[in-house]
Parts: sequence; structure tokens; C-alpha cells
Amino acid sequence: MRYEDPWYDVQASGWGEPAGAGTPARTVPAARGEHEGTGIRARDIYVEVQRSAAFQEVRSRYRRFVVPGVAGFLAWYVAYVVAATAAPRLMARPVAGAVNVAMLAGLGQFLTTFLLTWAYARHARLRRDRAALELRWDTQELARGAQGGAL
Amino acid sequence: MTGAHQTLSLLLFSGFVAVTLGITTWVSRRRRGSAEEFYAGGRLFSPMENGFAVTGDYVSAASFLGVTGLIALYGYDGLLYAVGFLVAWLVVLFLVAELVRNVGRFTLADVVAARMSERPVRIAAGTSSVTVSLLYLVAQMVGAGSLVALLLGRTSGAAQVWTVIGVGALMVIYVTLGGMRATTWIQIVKAVLLLSGTVALTVLVMVRFHGDVDRLLITAAQRSGHGEAFLAPGLKYGGSWTARLDFISLGVALVLGTAGLPHILSRFYTVPTARAARRSAVWSIGLIGGFYLMAIVLGFGAAAVVGPEAVRRSNEAGNTAVPLLALDLGGGAGSTGGTVLFAVVAAVAFATILAVVAGITLASSASVAHDLYASLRRSRGDGPGEVAVARFAAAGIGLAAIALGLLARDLNVAFLVGLAFAVAASANLPVLLYSLFWRAFTTRGAVWAVYGGLVPALGLVLLSPVVSGSPGSFFPDVDFQYFPLQNPGLVSIPLGFLAGWLGTVTSDEAADEAKYAETEVRSLTGAGAV
Repeated sequence: MRYEDPWYDVQASGWGEPAGAGTPARTVPAARGEHEGTGIRARDIYVEVQRSAAFQEVRSRYRRFVVPGVAGFLAWYVAYVVAATAAPRLMARPVAGAVNVAMLAGLGQFLTTFLLTWAYARHARLRRDRAALELRWDTQELARGAQGGAL
Repeated sequence: MTGAHQTLSLLLFSGFVAVTLGITTWVSRRRRGSAEEFYAGGRLFSPMENGFAVTGDYVSAASFLGVTGLIALYGYDGLLYAVGFLVAWLVVLFLVAELVRNVGRFTLADVVAARMSERPVRIAAGTSSVTVSLLYLVAQMVGAGSLVALLLGRTSGAAQVWTVIGVGALMVIYVTLGGMRATTWIQIVKAVLLLSGTVALTVLVMVRFHGDVDRLLITAAQRSGHGEAFLAPGLKYGGSWTARLDFISLGVALVLGTAGLPHILSRFYTVPTARAARRSAVWSIGLIGGFYLMAIVLGFGAAAVVGPEAVRRSNEAGNTAVPLLALDLGGGAGSTGGTVLFAVVAAVAFATILAVVAGITLASSASVAHDLYASLRRSRGDGPGEVAVARFAAAGIGLAAIALGLLARDLNVAFLVGLAFAVAASANLPVLLYSLFWRAFTTRGAVWAVYGGLVPALGLVLLSPVVSGSPGSFFPDVDFQYFPLQNPGLVSIPLGFLAGWLGTVTSDEAADEAKYAETEVRSLTGAGAV
């Protein structure tokens, strides 16, 4: 599996540079289109890729995870900070021994941060990385074709 | 403090300086001069290396000395800093790390300039990046000053001044000679030192209390003289409504500021891909989270073992709580164990300060050379190369930081960092998020977003009790305090977002669809990334 190791996707090939051994064999036809080798301008390629079904899918996967995630942890954090200032009595309520609600809430923030980090990394690895990498190579192929055609 | 402390601390610290200088010269033997090398260290660090380096860059004197000190003095209210500093990383991980790596080259302004009219945007974003970096630098310098005051047993005078100057000079040497590659290795060495030191102290605290967290907390509460209240919010930020709003303002600034810190963003350019950037962020969240959990133990430990009274006597703002704790845990002043531990902790704190200062100096010199100089040069013909300018800029920033650090000696380090975070969240975050996610965002919107956050943030700090009108301020004798909060975030962050929106909707030109498509595609796929 080439995707498991970060050193396999290091070939940051730029414009016009031959895509080396890191080029994946798989392609997403939707992004490739019919324009290879023709003289379309580089900036149009991105619009085309942006409209492709493959990219829309990657973007919506990203957003479907990130938007509720950010809303969730920001709301939980703001609730924590506001509770600490507006409801100190609630926060001071003892739970067990010296541990009170405030302590638990603080530790809860740490815990949710770790959990969300794990969830995000997992989601990105399983749901986004492969498709994004394929799109990347396709886009760069298109761009190379466009540049070659313009010369 | 006794002579033995000083000698040992100085020896250990000199060891760190020697090792890091060695790294710097060894690294700079090889490739020199390319911008890729100087700003991004060749972009081939592994996620783990970069994760440690990010930790080294992020966990500053503000955390090691400042947060622990605040917990020792005010109990639970100090804990908010630790929570805010950590939760902020979710913003970085979710919204910024990968996308910035994909779109930009060296600085924050790269991301914005990719889809806007380049010159005004670069100048705006460059200016705000340098401002944030300078504020952050001042905090580190103050930390260095108060640490040496404790070490040499003098609260003011020549030693403190010379330390600040020495730290400034060293960081200029690191940055100008070694660039990002050396700076990264210094961060890694420092992160390992800091984490080992923190683990050792935490273990000692837990041993002292026989692994009983409950007893640690109860002892801390008793010695604080506040009882139960020490373990609940409200000691520092309770009472009046302004104090409570200040607390909320600080909390918001902390959580949103990290994603706008130039030296943190530039760290993600040192890895090859967005995926590696994500993995380094995951590494750093693990390391940083672990560190803050231990910092909480150390803070309460200092309250329980040293006692807030002794901490306050040594440094009014609490910056020296951890070194004092180490002294006590080792067996008290005069004992060998105490001397050794104290010296180790002092040396680690120095290393922390030095490394963070080097990281920020590098990031801000990149802003000066890559954004400001490169934009202004075009109109005046060619001058010296960009990297040469970056080296000069590092020296200039070092000088400015030394001067400001000497001015701000008596403020709590964590508090000063809170200000830097507020400015970063107001000036840098809105423009960054709008550029990445808002289709209709325009050049005018970008420029307004930066200045619309930067100017109110700085203005409100100038009019706040930090600068004038209260006993602990810069100018206690004059009173031009019109804004009640110490931290401007609650007002200035929304203003930054509002200004960006306003600038966009009043713009004559429409947003360039193709350029936005390019930013969006590149940010999520990495196409065309360098």
C-alpha cells in the first residue's frame, strides 16, 4: 500500500515537471475530461476540476466532517468558559473528594480534543486521502498538458 | 540563590547553547542561500520530527513558567490557559494545517496572495504577522529576564538586562546562520528536553503525594489560604463583570489565536505534503496535550509544596513557581538534589525561551523579506536577494525584541502571550479563513480584514489597563485607560471578521472565480503544491 507511508507522496512535482514514480496508476475519469494536450489555459483547469464530481465529493466529505466538528468543539469550549465565569457555583460543586465539576469539565476538554483529533485523522486517512491524491495527479497532468499546448 | 545553583545552571545552559550552535554550524555547512532552504528547511522533515518541532515552537516560557505560575497563584483560573492553548489545536488541525501547506509557500500571506491582488495583501498580512511576532517575542524576553533575576538573586539590574540582550543575540546567530533547518533541530532538542524535564518533575510531585491526586489538590487548596475556592473558577477572574468578560475574552483569543500565529503556520511548510502536515499536527496535539496535563500537576504541586506566598515573594506574577518547586522537590535550598534539579529546570526554561525566540524570529524575518520587502522592491528596482534581506531582518527584529523586552519586565508571561494570541486571532485568522473558504472574498476584503482586526486589537490594548491607569501597567502615573478589558479579543476578533465582510461587499471588483477555484482545488488536493 503506497498510501500508508508519507514518504511515498513526497514527490511534490510542480508545473511541467514529469510526474515521477509516485504517479498512481488509478485515475478518476470525471476530472480528467477530454482536454488532455489541447491548448486550454491553466486557470481554466482548476475551474474544471472544481466542477468535477470527484472533487465535489472530496470537498463535501471534508466539509461534512469539519463543519459539525468545529461547531461542536467551539460550542463546548465556549460553554465551558462561560460556565466558568457565569456559574461558578455550579462549577465548584464537589463530585468526588477534591474533584469538582470544574475539574471534570477541564479534563473533559482535554479528552474531547484527543478524541476529535483521532477521529479527524482517521476520517481524513480513510475517506479523503486517496481521492485527493488521485485528483492531485490528474490536475497536474491536465496542467502539464495545458502548458505543453500553450508553448 | 547560592553559587552552586548558578554555576550548574550556567554550565547546563552553556551545554545547550553549545549543542545548538553546533547544530547550526553543521547544518549551515551544506546548502545555503536558497529561499526554500532558509524559510522551509528543504521541506523534508518527517511528521514526527515536525510534531516535536511544533511542540518546541508552541510550548513557550508562557506555558512552562507562566501557566504553572498562574495555577500556583490562582488555582483553577490558571487552568483555563492550558485548556485554551490545547483546544486551539483543533482549529489548526481541522481548518488550517493541511490547507495552508497546500496553498502557501513560506508565509501566511502566500495563502491570501494566491487569489488576490498580490501587493496590498502581502503588505497587510506581512505587517500583521510581524506585529504578532514582536508581541510574542516580548513575552519570551520577559520570561528570560525574570528567570535570570531568580537565578542570580536580583530582581532588577544589569544581569537581567544582559540576559535579555544575550538571548536576543544568540537567536539572531541561530536564525541568520542556520535558517529553518537549524531552527527546527533546535526546536526538536528543546522539546525533548522540556518534555523530559516536565515528566521528571511530575513524577516527583506524584511521589511526594504518594500518587494521590486528591491529596495534592486538597493540600494545594489549604496552603493557598483560599480553601475550596482555589479549585474552582473565580479567584483571578471572578468578582466584577469586567473581570469575567476579560476571562471570556482571553478564552476566545486563546482558542482562535493559534491558527493565526505566523511561526506555527510556517512550521507546516517544513514537511513534504499536506498529509505529513496533518500527521505532524496530530503528533503535536498528543505532545502538547500531555505537556499541559503535566503542567497542571506542576502548578498545583507548586501551590501545595512551595505555597503561593513564597512564589509571590520570588516573582509577583508567578513566573518562577516551577524552578522553586524543583528546588523544593530536590530536597530544598542547599541540598545537592535541590541544586541539581533547580539548575536543570532553569536550564530547560532558558532553552525553551531561546528556541521559541529563534522560531518566531525566523517566521517574522520571512514575513519581512518574503512579504514586505518583496512587495515593496518591485517598485524600486532590484536590491539584494530576499534571503540576505531575511538575515538582516532577523537582526533588526532581534534588536526590537530586546528593547521591548526590557520595557515589559514586570508582566506575567502567560498574560503577555494572551495579548499576542488576541492580535493573531483578530488580524490573521479572519483573512486566512475567508481566503480559504469564502468564494466571494476580494482583495479589498482581505486588506480590510487584516487592518480591521489589527488596528482595533492594538488600539484597545493601548487604551486598556495594561498600558496605563493601574498600578501594574507600563505607565502607572498617567491615565488614558478607556477600555476596561485587559484582553481585546472579545471585541477585536469579531471586528476583524466584520471588516473583512464589509470590505468584500463594498468592493467594486467581483471575486475572481477561477482564482478561487484554484485555491480550493489546491487546498484540498495538493495539486501544484511546492
